[in-house]
Amino acid sequence: MNKTADIVIIGGGVIGCSIAYNLAKKGAKNIILIERKYLTSGATGRCGAGVRMQFGTETNCLLAKKSIEMFEQLEEELGYDDSIEFKQGGYLLLAYTEKMVEQFHKNLGVQHKLGIPSRWVTPAEAKEIVPHLNTQGLLGATFCGKDGHCNPFKTTDAYVKAARRLGVEIMTYTEVTKLLAKDGKITGVETNKGVIESPVVVCCAGAYSRDLAATIGIELPLHPERHQILVTEPVEMIQEPMVMSFYHGLYCQQVPHGSFVMGIGDPNEPKEFNYNSSWQFLHEMAAKVTFLLPPLANLRVVRQWAGQYDMTPDRQQILGSVPGTEGFYLAAGFSGHGFMISPMTGKLMAEYILGEETSLPIDMFDFTRFARGQLFVEPSVV
Amino acid sequence: MCEHNKDVTIMCRCEDITAEEVRAYIAQGVTDLEQLKRLLRVGMGPCQGRTCTPLIVNELALATGRPVQEIPLTVFRPPTTPVKLGVLAGGTDHE
Repeated sequence: MNKTADIVIIGGGVIGCSIAYNLAKKGAKNIILIERKYLTSGATGRCGAGVRMQFGTETNCLLAKKSIEMFEQLEEELGYDDSIEFKQGGYLLLAYTEKMVEQFHKNLGVQHKLGIPSRWVTPAEAKEIVPHLNTQGLLGATFCGKDGHCNPFKTTDAYVKAARRLGVEIMTYTEVTKLLAKDGKITGVETNKGVIESPVVVCCAGAYSRDLAATIGIELPLHPERHQILVTEPVEMIQEPMVMSFYHGLYCQQVPHGSFVMGIGDPNEPKEFNYNSSWQFLHEMAAKVTFLLPPLANLRVVRQWAGQYDMTPDRQQILGSVPGTEGFYLAAGFSGHGFMISPMTGKLMAEYILGEETSLPIDMFDFTRFARGQLFVEPSVV
Repeated sequence: MCEHNKDVTIMCRCEDITAEEVRAYIAQGVTDLEQLKRLLRVGMGPCQGRTCTPLIVNELALATGRPVQEIPLTVFRPPTTPVKLGVLAGGTDHE
């Protein structure tokens, strides 16, 4: 099965599918998207799928704000006859230390300059927003009602269907085993089903991007980090916003289906691929969430799973080209907040790849920033 | 529910998904159990597909002409049985 393409995209997650759609929409032809397993089988299908504009840097605030505006219109834009289940119940970010209070106020300053409708709330006001919240030790919170949550499977499906209609070929259960490059130019990919020749290759393979880039001698400062999530049985809607505590490293939301989806971060996770679920996670998650949201103690856990954050040294994505390898583009290293900026990322990458001026600057996400020592640090990530 | 004589055979009892809905997705070309699970929630409920998985596998075999044993199954996730968060946290009365 040897083939040729104008553009090969590696990775059938929401980022790859969004890029494929945006490229096709702009008139690019002969695009092939390759996915190792089934669509959304990587980080996208395992993520919490929260969507928020409450970031601490202008760039991330703008990326998220534009993405949320796009999520609001996504079903129409993509002609999706189903629902991406976008629920804008807001995000309640909890502050437990003076330092957090200070940081949150700084963040609000950045957000307000960009027109993001976030605000400071007292513990009493936080309890009005989430009546079952335990406010013990809480100093305050920030709230943005436009933040929310989508169904990651449906969102990706919407992009996939629209991309297919525009002629994008999608190959699932096809693994890219090697990138191919010659004389400083990318020439294609080798898969377990044959070679696909292409002058442009876009790598959106999450944490697997590291191993792929290594096949042509590019060292990506990127590593997998296991994160675990659980989902409870569905119940009547009692919680509008996503509740998030950087102090506990925890997020918890009720999705439109009625289930609660929650996860916690563990900085001591080994930096290697690990898809196993652990009972330690269940215990720690349960202890933290029942402290913060006590009535949830009565909910049954129906399922837990694990996925990989693709972490970079500054916990920010790498976007753009790679010097020395013409035609090779990266959209990887999203470090746990890729889903929420996927609409805008797809658009920006399509503009960049086609040589247009990007609607927002993306040079701060340049691959060479690590070598230059110019890390782009975002204060508000879990 | 029963108007127009629609097929109301429930395949996934946890998520209330009918045979008709499953067949509609398969007819769209979604012939991968993993993908069906994620788009329809079949097998995502408390029983984790104990009832619906064999039924859907049959549908997939019929639609694709592949033998049942060649249809890949989805991953079974822990916990084996639904457990209350309060129990996992060490009892509902704990501080």
